[in-house]
Amino acid sequence: MSDSDSMQRWHLRMREKPVLRIVAKRFIPFVLLFALYVQFHGDYGPGGGFQAGVIFAAGLILYAMIFGREALEKVAPPRAVEIAAALGVLLYTGVGVATMLGGGNFLAYGALDSHDPMHGQHLGILLVEAGVGITVAAVMTAVYFCYAGRGAGE
Amino acid sequence: MTHLPVLQIALPLIAAPLCVLLRHARAVQIFAVLVAWACLGIALALLGAALPGGAISYELGGWPAPLGIEYRVDLANAFVLVVVSALGAVVLPIGPGRRGHAVPPRREYLFYASFLLCMAGLMGVAITGDIFNVFVFLEISSLAAYTLIALGRQRQALRAAFSYLMMGTIGGTFVLIGIGFLYQMTGTLNMADLQRLLPAVQQSRSVHAAFAFLTVGIGIKLAVFPLHQWLPNAYSFAPPAVSAFLASTATKVAYYLLVRLAFGVFGTAYVFGALGLGALLLPLALLAMFVGALAAIYQSDLKRLLAYSSVSQIGYMILGLSFGTATGLTGGLVHIANHALTKGGLFLAVACIVAQTGSSALSDLRGLSRRMPWTFAAIAIGGLGLIGAPGTAGFVSKWYLVLAALSAGRPEVAFAVLLSSLLAGIYVWRVLEAAWFRDPVQSAPRGEAPLRILIPTWVLIGASLYFGVFTEWTAGIAEAAARQLLEGAP
Amino acid sequence: MIGGGLLHYWVVIALMMTGLYTMIARQNLVKKIMGLNIFQVSVILFYVSLGKVAGGTAPILKELAPGEPAPLYSNPLPHVLMLTAIVVGVAVTALGLALVVRIRAAYGTVEEDALRKLDEEERAERSTGGGA
Repeated sequence: MSDSDSMQRWHLRMREKPVLRIVAKRFIPFVLLFALYVQFHGDYGPGGGFQAGVIFAAGLILYAMIFGREALEKVAPPRAVEIAAALGVLLYTGVGVATMLGGGNFLAYGALDSHDPMHGQHLGILLVEAGVGITVAAVMTAVYFCYAGRGAGE
Repeated sequence: MTHLPVLQIALPLIAAPLCVLLRHARAVQIFAVLVAWACLGIALALLGAALPGGAISYELGGWPAPLGIEYRVDLANAFVLVVVSALGAVVLPIGPGRRGHAVPPRREYLFYASFLLCMAGLMGVAITGDIFNVFVFLEISSLAAYTLIALGRQRQALRAAFSYLMMGTIGGTFVLIGIGFLYQMTGTLNMADLQRLLPAVQQSRSVHAAFAFLTVGIGIKLAVFPLHQWLPNAYSFAPPAVSAFLASTATKVAYYLLVRLAFGVFGTAYVFGALGLGALLLPLALLAMFVGALAAIYQSDLKRLLAYSSVSQIGYMILGLSFGTATGLTGGLVHIANHALTKGGLFLAVACIVAQTGSSALSDLRGLSRRMPWTFAAIAIGGLGLIGAPGTAGFVSKWYLVLAALSAGRPEVAFAVLLSSLLAGIYVWRVLEAAWFRDPVQSAPRGEAPLRILIPTWVLIGASLYFGVFTEWTAGIAEAAARQLLEGAP
Repeated sequence: MIGGGLLHYWVVIALMMTGLYTMIARQNLVKKIMGLNIFQVSVILFYVSLGKVAGGTAPILKELAPGEPAPLYSNPLPHVLMLTAIVVGVAVTALGLALVVRIRAAYGTVEEDALRKLDEEERAERSTGGGA
């Protein structure tokens, strides 16, 4: 199909653009690192799972745009992305179940640590945000997979 | 158990990603069905707990309401929860079906995941006491519904899903705007708290605007008469199981939401006294009843016919609300259950037909009753239910509606209800006539539909017969719920 | 002040109408989705403007020196609500675009009137060319 042809031509053209390739290669690790910073700094300032997930996915998508969908599929196979999306949600809801088992209400983080509720609060929000971050990053990547390079198999 | 209210939502919400992890079609099917049945069990337990009156409150995260999100179960929403989860529990075992859908078998787990998410969203709208939470769950259920509708076998399903997505999102965003105005005026999102704070600011234009946006937004999701354009296409091109579930639950939950906002947030005096919503809803309800039924008469496809019949039946529910009285509201609420059973059963009967013939066109039904007697017996009983014949559940709803019309001093409205039933008789007759009194076509199927679909069909149709005679569990609860709603939050 | 202190409402209304108009008037499904996005953004702007407190700063918790008055915060709740609404919007956009991709694969076009014509042709064909 013409869609996949144009994708291929796009990547051929990309191969002739050393500036983009080098800059992307240097920058992507920092994009991913910044995503993690936003993720974990959410405890103290603006940040959190949503933003971090999107930034992380942006790093992955930039990689795919410059080096091709196949290259990204080696790093993040679509099947693994799908599983990550499900696992993130499960991590979130799992925290809810854990708090119920701990004797509190659903998502009452204080119940995570019976000795020190404050510590429980920290742990709870950390895990929930991690779940959000994983799911958002995975879903954004999955959305990219859905649109980019269609027409090959479907 | 104290955690039942949250488990009602959390269970399908946890199960959906587990379906994605399980992946194996057969295992996912069994797992999803078990989850749906568990949801029904929880809903029944909640209804039992809400029966004595009063409300069960559950604070998410242990944060007390008005600050935290509160799940609040009283009779009205326990009733809706039971209807939604029961329909899910009966319809889900059918699965996407072999004919009539576009899901490759290795992708079937996504159907079950979407279905569970849709259930979770619909039940969430019903159970939550936080108005922003309502928006979130409304969108979860709608997104899942768009996905499910797009799974239809014909390519028109994609267009139907797209236009539903456009309309549904406008509706959802309108609801969001309305919530924003309410928050601006009161500073709270908790429904009980809103009800307490709203009377003080009732006369402001912001509250009027909030009410208008909310009513129109929910009206789109509810497919109330002039806003129903998305419904016929969506229901007629979706896979049969999806049509059966959505037709019997999605609009009902929107109706519940409108009722909850009218009585549980804005208050009867404001909605029916100051604003006169009844005067707006009554003509719309009558128009819906007649336009829907007339359009149904001219359809050449059974699914499409049933979809237009839904437009007309939604008119009955709106009519019940428009009186603003306990009897009218009882009629509307009881019609949630009665119409869900009847229409769910009818759409499942269509699933039977599609499974055998691959088509739901009326011209392909000719003489089929001889090959598929059980399926068409179900269609006949369901059809009588749509008409409102005595002995079927539909009769009970119409009884209350006529009573409400008479006691409101509107005999002409009662007459209109009867007249529109006559129209329903015409479109039901067209189906029965084709199936019973025509000669079979050459390519007629070998025999009866598989039991896998036939049993759920008869569970729903049988229930609609049962509740047509023994009304304690439907009309009895609806009456108590209506009284509870009218008296205001306890 | 421009607009009598209600400028943000005018901006919201202008954006909202632009979005609605685009959704109704444009034939191209992708443009319809763009209209939907503009429409949703207007609501986000509306909420964010609700949370603004005149002179308020970003609502970030910090240690206060003894005697230091607590700073004036903007109301963070509408922002958090909009975070959720943005996620909903992204999901709707993604699903809408996915449908457009599949519509294009099934029909070969994403223009509304061309799609309608194709559907009508198909229906006419079915009703004339033999019921089965």
